[in-house]
Amino acid sequence: MLAPGLLAALAVLLAWPVPLLLSRAKWTHRSPAAALVVWQAIAIAGGLSMIGALLTFGLAPFGEHLVSGAIGFVTTVGSGEPVQPNELWNVLALCAAALLTAHLLLNLVLTVVRSERQRRRHAELLMLLSSPMPSGYRLIDTPAPIAYCLPGALRSVTVVSAGLIELLDEPAMRAVIEHEKAHVRQRHDVVLVLFRAWHASLPWFPIAYRAQREVALLIELLADDYARKSVHDAVLEGAIARVGAGRDDTGAASASGEWADAASPDTLTVRVSRLNPQVSALPPAVEATIVAAAVLLLAIPPVLLLMPTALAMVR
Amino acid sequence: MDLLWASDESLSAYDIQAALAGADDSGRTLAATTVLTVLARLEAKAFVERERSTRPHRYRAAASREEHMADLMHEVLGGASDRTAVLERFVGQVSAEDAAQLRRLLSGL
Repeated sequence: MLAPGLLAALAVLLAWPVPLLLSRAKWTHRSPAAALVVWQAIAIAGGLSMIGALLTFGLAPFGEHLVSGAIGFVTTVGSGEPVQPNELWNVLALCAAALLTAHLLLNLVLTVVRSERQRRRHAELLMLLSSPMPSGYRLIDTPAPIAYCLPGALRSVTVVSAGLIELLDEPAMRAVIEHEKAHVRQRHDVVLVLFRAWHASLPWFPIAYRAQREVALLIELLADDYARKSVHDAVLEGAIARVGAGRDDTGAASASGEWADAASPDTLTVRVSRLNPQVSALPPAVEATIVAAAVLLLAIPPVLLLMPTALAMVR
Repeated sequence: MDLLWASDESLSAYDIQAALAGADDSGRTLAATTVLTVLARLEAKAFVERERSTRPHRYRAAASREEHMADLMHEVLGGASDRTAVLERFVGQVSAEDAAQLRRLLSGL
């Protein structure tokens, strides 16, 4: 049986070298949408192949393929026969597969519930402290230049501060609003929650942290691209620079230590540096190839898992 | 809520109802039950505290507007803590290096 070995090799590749390469790649910032698809494919295919490798290895002595193996395992356990000593490792692998699946799913649920609770609390506070504006966002009366959006299942809220309105002129304000609108429209919160859950389930795993960071940056780049459709590049650049330069005093010292291990350069520098005509998006054909490769990658673990079963059925 | 924040002492629902009617010159008065419903909701969310020793019950803001604002700002501006994870900010963490780069850029604009 080849499947366990192949799946394990894939799991190792997707756990370490591939994400590392991707986070160092230069093209990702030119085509954030395609890069985001690749990241999601890596996360899902990586998890599937890890669980799949354990599962196929565990079931190997009980049957030729996944289905017959599962039936064989259930009947062996059901008949009350003691497990043979040479099958001990296989049973351990099965337990590990079950635990890993439960762990990943549980963390996903926990992360979703936790962020939903935070979101609701923040929204309650926000509703008391902010006033609605005619253009659909809410205003908080504070001198600090702030703009953010609070994503919600049904309704998202975009918030700006009085300080921001004072700091930015009309077109720059539009750039900020369009940027936040993109977050809301493209449901970036869903992608973020997936990667936060991944990081939460594997906190000791540096790649998961790096992936979460990289995905967060890609989302900002996507939102910038959306804003660029309605405002000039220089306007957006000015908006980012003005808001950012006024904010360096808040927690910069503590942050620099924390972020230092990430090889990617600073977020805002990346965002500003790509806002010029020389940095063009990747050609559509290249983007399509990247997305197709991601879909292919996503298909490998299920194919490896189910292929032997399908072949056995055909025979 | 603004009334409770502005008031030093606790208010009964009827005080609030009267004050709201005075503030709004359209002449309409909110029903006392409406005021009580809103207060009960605010109490459930721990924004308002109720004094049960008196009758009618009197209500007081649990924390000042400034305290809530500080709380909100902490969430919005706060570092990489878990509490800020739900927000998608236009500009999130700003590192010292970023800030220097941006100031150079601004002086050139």
